[in-house]
Amino acid sequence: MQIKPILAALRHHKSGTALIALQIALTLAIVCNALFIIRQRMAHLSRPTGVDEASLLVIQNQWAGKPSTDEMSSLMAADLATLRQLPGVADAYATNAWPLGNGGISFGMGYTPEKQASVTSTAIYFADQHTLPTLGLKLIAGRNFQADEIRQAKDVSSMALSEIIVTRDLAEKMFPRGDALGKAVYLSAKPSTIVGIVERMQVPWVYSFADNWAERSTLVPDQLSTLRGDNYVVRVKPGQMDAVFDGVSKALFAANRLRVISPRDGVQRLSDVRTKAYKSDRGMAIMMGLICVVLLAITAAGIVGLTSFWVGQRRKQIGVRRALGATRRNILDYFLTENLLISTGGVIVGSVLAVGLNLGLIAYFELNRMPLAYVGVGVLVVLLLGQLATLAPALRASRVSPVEATRSV
Amino acid sequence: MFAYYFELGLRSLRRNPALTALMVMAIGFGVAASMITYSVFRAVSGNPIPEKSAQLFTPQIDSWGPQQNLKGEPADALNYIDAMALMRAHRARRQTLLYGVGMSVLPSGNDSLPVAANGYAVYGDFFPMFEVPFLYGGGWNTADDDRRAAVVVLSEEFNQKLFDGANSVGREITLDGHDYRIAGVTRHWDPQPRFFSLFNTSGFKDATDFYLPFTRALDVQANPGSNSCRGHMDFSGWDGWLRSSCVWATPWVELDSAVEVARYGKFLEDYATDQQRAGRFAWAPNVRLRNVMQWLDYQHVVPPESRISLLVSLGFFAICLVNTIGLLLAKFLRRAGEIGIRRALGASRREIYTQYLIEAATVGLAGGVLGLLLTTVGISGVGLLFQPQIARLAHLDFSLVALTLAVAILATVVAAFYPAWRAARVQPAWQLKSN
Repeated sequence: MQIKPILAALRHHKSGTALIALQIALTLAIVCNALFIIRQRMAHLSRPTGVDEASLLVIQNQWAGKPSTDEMSSLMAADLATLRQLPGVADAYATNAWPLGNGGISFGMGYTPEKQASVTSTAIYFADQHTLPTLGLKLIAGRNFQADEIRQAKDVSSMALSEIIVTRDLAEKMFPRGDALGKAVYLSAKPSTIVGIVERMQVPWVYSFADNWAERSTLVPDQLSTLRGDNYVVRVKPGQMDAVFDGVSKALFAANRLRVISPRDGVQRLSDVRTKAYKSDRGMAIMMGLICVVLLAITAAGIVGLTSFWVGQRRKQIGVRRALGATRRNILDYFLTENLLISTGGVIVGSVLAVGLNLGLIAYFELNRMPLAYVGVGVLVVLLLGQLATLAPALRASRVSPVEATRSV
Repeated sequence: MFAYYFELGLRSLRRNPALTALMVMAIGFGVAASMITYSVFRAVSGNPIPEKSAQLFTPQIDSWGPQQNLKGEPADALNYIDAMALMRAHRARRQTLLYGVGMSVLPSGNDSLPVAANGYAVYGDFFPMFEVPFLYGGGWNTADDDRRAAVVVLSEEFNQKLFDGANSVGREITLDGHDYRIAGVTRHWDPQPRFFSLFNTSGFKDATDFYLPFTRALDVQANPGSNSCRGHMDFSGWDGWLRSSCVWATPWVELDSAVEVARYGKFLEDYATDQQRAGRFAWAPNVRLRNVMQWLDYQHVVPPESRISLLVSLGFFAICLVNTIGLLLAKFLRRAGEIGIRRALGASRREIYTQYLIEAATVGLAGGVLGLLLTTVGISGVGLLFQPQIARLAHLDFSLVALTLAVAILATVVAAFYPAWRAARVQPAWQLKSN
């Protein structure tokens, strides 16, 4: 295949050539970055929480009026007894926060009491001896809390924090040599002893601010009673999810009606909490995917349109070439090569644009750097698309009869 | 002539249905993607209080110091000590502090269950400052603030829920076990974004149910929905918390002129200097005074999803236009012979140029209509990407319909400049010869 005559012919179609190349370049730039954003969001939303999501319910309960601290703890104990007696319920506990809930308390953890010397942030989950079995957390070292360790704190400052259970990620961050069990760390001015280590439990936040410590959680054997209400995490027996979901708030109201459980989101399956927490990630991935598909379709259609026009313009020349001995294959190859040349120009410019766009997104939207592999894949996709789009008009061109050369129009 | 060219344009659309369909679809998809994302962007980036946004300011005072503040910026709210000092100094014509509270209300009737309600603890100046419209009654005055009066203002929606919309002024309601006399009922008022309450929350929240005096809220120890603290939590009880490093109160002041703004800025500096001198702050004054739009900008109220999706859609639209330029070029130049004859019969270049621009406008109009249909469908899908409080703000109104059509037509005409210019330059002799 000779390239020179193709280049010579393209010189007569400067504007059309430039337009196709520009379109390919812009498409490549957007598609690469969109694919990268999709990949990032998918990775974000498929992070595991470490808890048995499928069999968990979360109940947000607010007491009417403003009960005193002592009243609150007896109300809470009564609720937990009610919940554990329900036929479909395996276990339950009261807490401040849960994975994917996007609300809670975070503390700094360090080796010394000085606040400034904290080594990492950690999420604080209020827990008791029922927490591990309820969530289905796997204890990989040490022990669970014991009933006599659980305390009612009047406010944040009076939380005991003397025994804590941490996640493996947090234990390894604090004690990289793997000897965290039994060690003392500081969440407050008083030391906290690590009595157990669980394999994995995600922090409550899915936002970027917790990305660097997403699996550094601390379970503390405290219950705080200054909050307005209680949250209960309930483990449901297999196959009973719908029954418990529908009946649980009725059972709580039957036990005590001076409470608010929002009919909208007072009782939530943890699987629904996950859907809600990652809504914007999923939406972004779907939108970017849609844009990619439509964009590639429009670019392909544009190439078909312009190539068809060129084929129509050159019917006579094609006829002449055919009459002078060019095979159908030669004609087909001519148009395919022509497209490949234009596309190559487009993807060279497009690769630069893609990296530039990525750098812009990094500067304005805290995106990560895009690996060059995305540009590579994008280049292949766009080149292949160009060839496929050219195929139909090029085949039509190859079927132009040599007789065309003799016609005056 | 315009009508005739328009008719020619319509006829030409029918001549190459495939090519026309391609162009119309490119314009339609491009304009729809842009309009859908723009409808969200418009809603989240608008000015929530246009007539007063330049007079309302939120002061910030750094009480955490360089090691613990937000990368050099003061905290987004004030602690109790600084907040009260600003109120006592009273250096602005109107001023308020506010924080969000959640309470429960027991509606009248024996079998009713308690309902949760969201409200704000504010000063009496809040209502005139933010131009809150009233349906019944009104707010309360400074004297009520000072005597920590048990009064409350309900929102129209909450009044509807509790009293079926009747004039409830003077009646009593019980919030978290305390009685309050209803002083007024606001008309529907929900500025978007909710600029005055951005501390630890997004600007898009569920409707407000009630407003009660800040001073009264402190008396009943109503916990703020959110607070941020520094250092160890070594305080205890309500009074300990009030005196702690925790910030939670958002201050707003109304300053009517540049002179007043400068004077208030000076006052903040002086206040911080005094605190430094008194040994409370171990750092140089670090204060800010931002007006509504500056505050929205600083707080990044526009969600990044909105910016990214708008940017990507505009890029997408640009590609669609490049595509349209190519297709229009092909479409126009295919009719070179026809142009040659018209030119030979006396049509000027200008007339050819006009004719083809009008033809492009018909393509743009068709694309705009398709874009409008796609926008209507797409706006109902906005909830896929945004939280419901934002998604419900995106809607198709007359201005968006007009904008969609205008953008589609204008963009296509601009895209047609080059192809129409090429068409107008067709040499009549060349065309006539080859025919």
